[in-house]
Amino acid sequence: MSKKSIDGSVNHLLENNKQKSLETVWDRSDQQKPRCGFGERGLCCHNCYMGPCRINPSGKKPQKGVCGATAEVIVARNFARMIAGGAAAHSDHGREVAKTLLLAANNPDSSYSIKDVNKLNKVAKVLGICFQDRSKEEIAAEVAEKVLENFGKQDGEVSFIKMAPETRQARWGQLGIVPRGIDREIVEMMHRTTMGVDHDHRNIMLHGARTALADGWGGSMIATELQDILFGTPSPLRGQVNLGVLSETDVNIIVHGHEPILSEMLVLASQEQELIDLAKSKGATGINLAGICCTANEILLRHGVPIAGNILQQELAVSTGAVEAMVVDVQCIMPSLSEVCKCYHTQLITTSTKAKIEGAKHLEFTEKNALKNAKKIIKEAILNFPNRGNVDIPKEKMDLIAGFSHEAIIYMLGGTFRGSYVPLNDNIINGRIKGVAGVVGCCNPKVTHDQGHVSLVEELIANDILVVQTGCSAIACAKAGFLLPESADKYAGKGLAEVCNAVGMPPVLHSGSCVDNSRILIALSEMAKIGGLGKDISDLPVAGAAPEWMSEKAISIGQYFVASGVFTVFGIGLPVQGSQVFCRHIFEEFEGLFGGMWAAEPDIKKMAGLIINHINKKREKLGISKAKERVLYDMEMRRGLEV
Amino acid sequence: MSKLIATRAIRGAHKLVTRAEKELKKAIEKKGPQTKVEFPNTGYYLPISHGILGKKIDTLGGLTELLEEAKKLLPPIPEKKLWLPYLGHTIDAGMATLFADEIIEAVKYTQDPLPYLPKPNPEEGHLWLGAASDVIMRERGIEFVDGTAPGFAVCVGYCPSNEIAVKIARELQEKNLYVFMSAETEGKSMAKQLQEEGIQMGWETRLVPFGADVTACIHSLGFATRVALSFGGAKPGDYQRVLHYNKNRVFAFVLAFGPVDDEKHAQAAGAINYGFPTIAETDIDNILPTGICTYEHVVSPVSHEKIVAKAIEVRGLKITITKVPIPVPFGPAFQGERVRKEDLYVELAGQPNPGFEFLTSKELDEVEDGKIEIIGPEIDEVKESSQIPLAIWVEVAGREMLPDFEPILERQIHDFINCANGVFHMGQRDINWVRISKEAKQKGFKFKHFGSILHAKLHGEYGKIFDKVQIKIYTREKEILELINVARKVYYQRDARLADMTDEAVDTFYSCALCQSFAPNHVCIITPERSGLCGAYNWLDGKAAYQISPTGPNQPVKKGKVIDGVKGQWEDINEFVFNSSHKTLEFFNAYSIVEHPMTSCGCFECISCVLPSTNGIMTVYRDYAGMTPIGMKFSTMAGTVGGGVQTPGFIGHSKQYIWSKKFISAEGGAKRIVWMNRNLKEEMEPVLREIGEREGIENFYDKIADETAAITEEEVFKYITKMNHPALSMAPLF
Repeated sequence: MSKKSIDGSVNHLLENNKQKSLETVWDRSDQQKPRCGFGERGLCCHNCYMGPCRINPSGKKPQKGVCGATAEVIVARNFARMIAGGAAAHSDHGREVAKTLLLAANNPDSSYSIKDVNKLNKVAKVLGICFQDRSKEEIAAEVAEKVLENFGKQDGEVSFIKMAPETRQARWGQLGIVPRGIDREIVEMMHRTTMGVDHDHRNIMLHGARTALADGWGGSMIATELQDILFGTPSPLRGQVNLGVLSETDVNIIVHGHEPILSEMLVLASQEQELIDLAKSKGATGINLAGICCTANEILLRHGVPIAGNILQQELAVSTGAVEAMVVDVQCIMPSLSEVCKCYHTQLITTSTKAKIEGAKHLEFTEKNALKNAKKIIKEAILNFPNRGNVDIPKEKMDLIAGFSHEAIIYMLGGTFRGSYVPLNDNIINGRIKGVAGVVGCCNPKVTHDQGHVSLVEELIANDILVVQTGCSAIACAKAGFLLPESADKYAGKGLAEVCNAVGMPPVLHSGSCVDNSRILIALSEMAKIGGLGKDISDLPVAGAAPEWMSEKAISIGQYFVASGVFTVFGIGLPVQGSQVFCRHIFEEFEGLFGGMWAAEPDIKKMAGLIINHINKKREKLGISKAKERVLYDMEMRRGLEV
Repeated sequence: MSKLIATRAIRGAHKLVTRAEKELKKAIEKKGPQTKVEFPNTGYYLPISHGILGKKIDTLGGLTELLEEAKKLLPPIPEKKLWLPYLGHTIDAGMATLFADEIIEAVKYTQDPLPYLPKPNPEEGHLWLGAASDVIMRERGIEFVDGTAPGFAVCVGYCPSNEIAVKIARELQEKNLYVFMSAETEGKSMAKQLQEEGIQMGWETRLVPFGADVTACIHSLGFATRVALSFGGAKPGDYQRVLHYNKNRVFAFVLAFGPVDDEKHAQAAGAINYGFPTIAETDIDNILPTGICTYEHVVSPVSHEKIVAKAIEVRGLKITITKVPIPVPFGPAFQGERVRKEDLYVELAGQPNPGFEFLTSKELDEVEDGKIEIIGPEIDEVKESSQIPLAIWVEVAGREMLPDFEPILERQIHDFINCANGVFHMGQRDINWVRISKEAKQKGFKFKHFGSILHAKLHGEYGKIFDKVQIKIYTREKEILELINVARKVYYQRDARLADMTDEAVDTFYSCALCQSFAPNHVCIITPERSGLCGAYNWLDGKAAYQISPTGPNQPVKKGKVIDGVKGQWEDINEFVFNSSHKTLEFFNAYSIVEHPMTSCGCFECISCVLPSTNGIMTVYRDYAGMTPIGMKFSTMAGTVGGGVQTPGFIGHSKQYIWSKKFISAEGGAKRIVWMNRNLKEEMEPVLREIGEREGIENFYDKIADETAAITEEEVFKYITKMNHPALSMAPLF
């Protein structure tokens, strides 16, 4: 690997940090080499203390764990536990949002309010809650209570399952994998995979699907839908990305993590005149809030707050010496931040009782005192400004357009009166757009930073595949300029570019954070429902990819996409390759079960090839692989059209 | 690229909304917010705000609400770099434009004198017609539903030359499309070009000059909106249905000639909301990807030679027209055209020259298909301005041909010949009258072309029931006088056959579900004594139509057991109606207006309704725009009666039905009529006098009031009391 990243700002800072002997994620990644071959292949089991056990991947002994577990059982259990971990993370996020909505509904003095009544009504309708002639608070309270039930329910089904196409729901019903309650499925996953319970890899993965669905159509969707109600449904707006967004003269505050419950309040607080004045009194020109990771995506999409970088840039941001405070909540926060911050004036502030770091200052953030807490955090940062030393802010920054929620896409394709997915389906049918790919997920120092995302997306859009993104992957492509509307002419194939120019959109649509992958599920359902492309998500010419994944959350996301009918390919490798039996199950047999299946492909060119082939296969099946004669309508045929 | 179009359309929308605000403010200041606004002779509120937003605006002040809606929709103009998605914005800017248009046009109608001529056709010194009245709407709107008119072309700007304007108009007319003209550029417009060329314009010829202002485009989209509301079952405010109905039923498009400014771009964006694409002659860029319209949204540049064909392709329209081998344009659009005296080359039949038209069936070997004979002089053998006799004798043969079809086919002669540009036809049988213009003669039209038209069109539309047709054209008095009596004898026999035909004499009626596409719960039952309410179908037509197309909208329905012979109710008819009204109408009485009367689609020629205090009924024809004694105009009544709803006290019916002995016979029949609008009354005079004789009522005709004698129920009562109308002494209606 010649360079750590394709991002100049990263390489620049790494070079400087080397001189300062500052340790980063790449150094530690190198120190882990060579990695444990059993672990990488998923063959290591430490679920009980008869072990740890490992299976010899060469076929020699041992081929069984102490308890007798075979390679496929061990791999399945490990994989399923990753799903449970990921689902737990997203769902706990969803739970916090639901609790915040309840607070906002019941407590008029809270810092939160109900911003998007249309969305509230829409969600209420899905939940079967009456929204006519009621106050928004009343509706919101009932919505919050109803979704909170989803976590602890023992039977029935998770509410948002209803948003899936009927054929899909029926398939889940037949397989017996409709999630009953979010927490229940996660707990059961942990139970089934503890020592001595479920020893059939197929059976384990069926529940793996159920658990993942409880994430995608449960916890994650709850987080997304309710965040839209609380903070507004995103619509296209301008923003900027990369470390160059840090200011030489402002107080720089970075918010890092996942839950907008915190970051939304920081946005509000950072605009308080009193605090801006305080910043000025300390010699700064103002307050500059920037984000890292998914919380950055959340506030970018709703407020245009700039993004400093994706997950692998968290330490580097601090190493610019320009960050007064790094405020974190949950998920993807490296404990190493504490060490890095010590080398600079940067104050690391933890805010969640669930996520503390030795050496960080903990300023507990509670929803009840949200704005007050946020102001305190901002003040802390401002007071730290005079301590700033030399700064080295990379020049790299890029403009972007983001904010493509499901609702925004509908509007974008026809305005208030004619908005719908029809133009999207139509242009897929006529072949201008070949298909849609969701490219999502993390970054991973095992491979050149951002390269997987950027190369894959570049290849896909050149082949007329519209790309929808979330998470750190979206940040990578934003930095590469793919989120500029001008990129349609520069990078996209002729057909896709034509559609982009008609709509005025970039060929790569940034849809939000990692819980916002649920937006993609809703979009796919709408595509299936609108007609012309089959009846189920698995009929659509679409695919999913996570080229630089690393988190358990990515595995849960991958599994819920697969179980929803989407062909999903992961880069780098999957910790399953120790068992051919298991690989065959999730790479091939899954297609028969779910209509979607997994693939693992470290070579990005080949990954793009797999996606394009899959999309072509689906197009052929739909009978849209060849251009068709234009249909002209006489009166008789027109009568057959729906009005 | 499309961004240019978006930018110009959004900029245009901003300009028009600003203009609307200014003009509205001025009008309110001058006339006050309570000043009434409406498009004249319309029972509806302003169509766009009513159809799309469900707003009932009827005052200048009310328009401010619409202005607010327009402002709310106005999007930002796309940036040069780093633009936000603009398609949704452009479409919204288009809708804002339509709202602004409607404000500006509505304000115009508060001016004195009116800038428009509120009539169906232009008159000397008045080219622009403005909004279509309800009468036009009912008459013409239905053509967009039954397919007579496949759509319309909104023509903006002006053509490169007058000649091209005429050529394009003719081309569109020949394709049965309506041509709606508005939005002049630099004082020039297509309508003015046609006017300069002496082309007959107006609703009758489908060449409609709406207005010179760019905002007059709203009358096209207003018309489209009202088609969806009146015929498409869309509820006001259900914008999705209004717009989808237009996308999938009304195949309209915009043709932009000459330079296209920002405001015209904005109109095009408005039209896209309805699924109507724009095809421009000049290069204004393209929006090719599909989705909101059926195919492309904007296509340019397209040369004027190809623009009509291209527009039809872009709109996804299939027009099947029977090619008629004659040297002048041909199509229903020319049906309403007149040939004025100064344009006249030759006049045939009519007074004082004898003439007739006759169609009869022959054995197969007696007819040579396509043979056309002229007996007498051809057109080039007669002098300009001459008046000569004319007989058209048609002989058809075929295995499926039945004598019952003869009068049906014969009646088509009028429609078919009238479709030729420069040829005017009136009447039928032995009261026919034809004029041919100098221009048609100059283009090479000959008498033999009557034969060409009939051969092509009869085969095109009735090819299923006959195999061969030959035509003899007589232009010499001698032969005509010999043959006219043969024809008259047959006319008499035919009349007698139908006149003798009673509901009791047959065991089968015919259904008509032609209008179910827009009134899904309505089905007509046509009996020998009650023709279809549109006046176009009698029982024989139903029978013939069924034979021609056995799976078509006209099906035979056995009467079954008589439930009530007086009111007209039969067991099997009820069952049929119940099933084909989607189980909404359990039963009805064919001869009653008061008790469970027959439902209507909306195409009725007349509406009759009970005037309670007079113990009688009033009957109004659809072209009467004034107030009636029931306190409603025709259009309001039409809203009550149409759509397959049973409304006791009201029926929709044909003119012909008034003459029938079964006309509300359950309540005592036509002698209940106490009021009619004057035009109808005058037209029906012979019928009314016959009814008077039949019923033994002296001066029945004079006992019926009209709007010159009474326009309130009270006045009607006074009038009929004075006249001693028979209704007063009949059994109470309730």
